[in-house]
Formats: sequence, structure tokens, C-alpha cells
Amino acid sequence: MPSKKLLTYIAPILVFAFVATVWHWTVQWLKIPSIVLPTPIAVLKALWLERVVLLKSSWVTLQAAAAGLFCSALFGSMVAIVLSQSSLLRVALYPYVIFLQTVPIVAIAPLLIIWSGNNFRTIVLVATIISIFPVISNVTSGLLSVNENLRELFRMQSATRWQMLTKLRIPAAIPQLVLGLRISAGLSVIGAIIAEFFVGNSGEYDGLGTIMTARQANLKTAELMAALMACTCLGILLFGCVNLLSATLLRRWTRSTGFESEPK
Amino acid sequence: MGRSLTDSLGASDSVGPTLSSELAIITCKNVELTFGSGSNKQSVLNDLSLEVQSGQIVSLLGPSGCGKSTLLRVVAGLIEPDIGEVLVDGERVSKRMPRSSREKLSFVFQEPALLPWRTVWQNVILPPQLRGTDDSIETREFIEHLLGLVGFQKSDWRKIPSQLSGGMKMRASIARAMSTRPSILLLDEPFAALDDMLRAKLNDLLLAIASEQKCTMLFVTHNISEAIYLSDAIAIMGQGRIVERLTVPFAFPRQAALRSTGEFARCYGQVAELLSKGHA
Repeated sequence: MPSKKLLTYIAPILVFAFVATVWHWTVQWLKIPSIVLPTPIAVLKALWLERVVLLKSSWVTLQAAAAGLFCSALFGSMVAIVLSQSSLLRVALYPYVIFLQTVPIVAIAPLLIIWSGNNFRTIVLVATIISIFPVISNVTSGLLSVNENLRELFRMQSATRWQMLTKLRIPAAIPQLVLGLRISAGLSVIGAIIAEFFVGNSGEYDGLGTIMTARQANLKTAELMAALMACTCLGILLFGCVNLLSATLLRRWTRSTGFESEPK
Repeated sequence: MGRSLTDSLGASDSVGPTLSSELAIITCKNVELTFGSGSNKQSVLNDLSLEVQSGQIVSLLGPSGCGKSTLLRVVAGLIEPDIGEVLVDGERVSKRMPRSSREKLSFVFQEPALLPWRTVWQNVILPPQLRGTDDSIETREFIEHLLGLVGFQKSDWRKIPSQLSGGMKMRASIARAMSTRPSILLLDEPFAALDDMLRAKLNDLLLAIASEQKCTMLFVTHNISEAIYLSDAIAIMGQGRIVERLTVPFAFPRQAALRSTGEFARCYGQVAELLSKGHA
């Protein structure tokens, strides 16, 4: 019997092998045309042949998604801090924050291109818009749900609003920020690819979305699916990076805040 | 009100740790407080009056929901009464009281309420930091002294709360409350979650701190033995007011052996009887 740890690695591979086999034989048996559904072998072959193009495109898309995620973390946290300052501000601004969550990004992407142009900035803008809501929502919740006793402790010391924010609310909200970033990581990749569908049409930008649009237009389904696999890998990669960053950040955060006041 | 426990009198209201002329006095005058409105209106403090003399340790005993913790928060200025007033050292307590007056008070919560991202040292030095006095050598030496007093080794100072036991967290919480040298310490059932052995140890620690720092303490507890052991006087609360005030007839300093004496047991019985008789 393989050990439990080994099984956790083997089981997903076995599932993949099973699905690929069923997929392969279904295509062969039903004689499905390759432009509708290529075999897994054809997809893997396309992945290998297009590896250089896909790697370059993935790098471009990764930069846009990462920049979008960074902007979400920065601006989302800033908006959350503003929202946490008064209930009146929350009432006034929250409907517009929800708008960011519900806005059909596919519909407004062309509008953003008109305003911002066919460039990297627009891709980042779309990735930011699509991934900012989880950050705002989680960080606002983290800033507002500070332990009552801790708030009373600060009030007993006549702490200023600034001290309350910088020494209590913001550090207390860091785990919530990390939680928001984990959700936003996948969304930023989706946002970047959607934006590339539109921006890429101009031929000035060569991300994964651009490659997919071109392959779809040329009915190169195997290459299109290869690009799709690259998109998935990119999402997993960014999510993994955020997880790694959050583990490091939280460890440092719990151990280093305010070290300047350590005893000599 | 104001009667002594046991027949063997000899302890007066002012008996306690060494007194100082600068020590504060707490005065609650006809305090009334209501929570909610309309049909949900609930009277929490009901024409409550209480005086705590300088240097005294007074325990508040009473059933759950009788308003003990709320009274502590009113004295701390965290909640303002609807009617009546609370004076600390002759100054009226309110949410907008001057910083200098608020600085006389400090609070120990039921939970240690340590900031999880700060080390023991950083947690204890937080109040002086908020007042901008954390850089002075005097403050740092005092914090070092306090940490030693509550039983922390130097190697523990850099630990974060998740690395501490429940008792150590509470010790850090007490040291933090004392870090600004308050003249009044308000304690809201600080040892409720601890086992009896640890609770007894921390009782002695609290008495040592009270004796050394010469501060007045208002202590909320459900534990009769703890209330008798720690206090100069016990105020029994019921339905939002003080229904009985008793003087504890044991001189300071107190030793752990006191708990096993017959006189202590008699005191315990009297307090328990008063509580169960429906005074509270």
C-alpha cells in the first residue's frame, strides 16, 4: 500500500490519466473533427511546438496580472481605510464599490480601451477593476472587526485616531488582506486575459489572450487549448506566489512589527 | 452597608497596602444606566453609589448580569451614565475627560487582550508608546522591572502571545496595565479562565503589585475566596446597585495559608450566605 502522502500526489495524476484516456478514445470512437475537439496528444503536441510563443505570452500576461494584483492590494487597501473611518462614508461609497463587483467587465473593456488606449496600462486597469473588490471587502471587514477589548484598551490610553489606525486596525487587518489577495490572484489573471481579447486585436500586445483570439480565428483548436492550459498554469502560479508571499508576510508581520521598541 | 465580616473586627475600610497621599479615590454618586430603548429598555445600573478609599482593594461580587463589568466600564469612562456621576480623585469621569485624568486609570480585561503581532515587550510598552513616553530610560527600566515582577525571564520578552500559556498572557496583561503607573487599576474578572493553582499564584502577584505600586484596585470577580483574600472590602451587587458592603478583617500582607484558616472559612460562609439570600 502506498503511503498517504504519496497517494495525494498519485491520485490527481491518475484522475488526469483517466480523463485524458476517456477523452482520447471518445474523440477517436466518435470521429470528432480536430477543429471541434482535438485529442489530448494533439494538444500536448501543440503545447510543445508553441512553447516559446506561449512562454513569452505567459510572461507578458503574468506581468499585467501581477501589476493588476499589486494595484488592487494598494488601492483596495486605501479605499478600505477610507471606508473604515466613518459609517457615513461607508453608506455613501459602498454602492460604488459593489458596482466594481457587479460590472460586466466584458462590456466595459472596449470603453476602457477608448479612454486608455490599446496598451499595457489598459490591461492592468481591467485586471485591477476585476480583482479589487475582494481586497476592499476583506480589508474593510478586518479594519472594522477589531476586538472590542483592544479598542477599549486604546481608548483608555486616549489614543488618537491615527494611532488607532496604524497601531491597531491596520496590523489587525493584515490576515484579511492576505485572504482577499488569495481570491484576487485568480481574478487578476482572468481580468488580464479578458482585456487582452480586446486590446490584442490591434496587434500591439502579445499576451495569452491575444494568442487565443488569433488561434480561434484560424480554427487552430489544439493550439487554442494549449494556450488555455498555459492560462490555467499562470493562474495556479500566481496563486502559489501569493500563498508563498502571504506565509512569509504573516510570519514577518507577527514577529517584526515595532521591533524598533525592543529592549537594547 | 459598611459592616464587617466575622465578629473579630479590627480591620477598617482604610486597611490595605501602604498608603500614599497622592492615591486616588473613586466616588460613584447615584449612577443610573439603561441599555436599549422602548420595550427593550433594560436598567443596568440603578441608583448605584460606591466609594473606594485611596489604596483600597475593593472586590465587586454578584451574580452574572448584575452590572459589575458595566460599573467598571463606567468608572473607566468607557460608558457614560444616564444619571449621576463618577468622580476619580475629585474629577468627573467622562468620555471627553482630559488625558491627564484618564491616565490615572488602567484596565485589565477578562481576556488578556494582547496584540497578537507584538512581542511581550512590545505589548507591555504599548501604553507608554501611545503616550509618547516609551523612549525614556526611566520607562524602559520600569517596564523591565515590571516584567521581572510578574515573573517573566528576559528570554520571554521576545515571545509573541501565541507562544505563551494562559497564565503568562495574563501576567503580561497585568504588566501592561501597570506600565503607565496608574493610581487606579480596574480588573474585570482577570483570572476567570485560569485554574485554581494559577489563580492563587496570580492573586499573590496582584497583592505584591498593589503593595509595591500603591494603587487603588476595583476588582470584579465571581470567586468568593478570591474576593476575601484580595480585598479590604467587598461590595455585593444585585439588580444594578450595591446591596451590601463588607469589610474584610484580615491584615496585610496576606499569606496563602490564610485561606485554610477557620476565620477565612467563616468569612467565606457569611459572604456565600449573603449572596444566596438574595441580596444580590
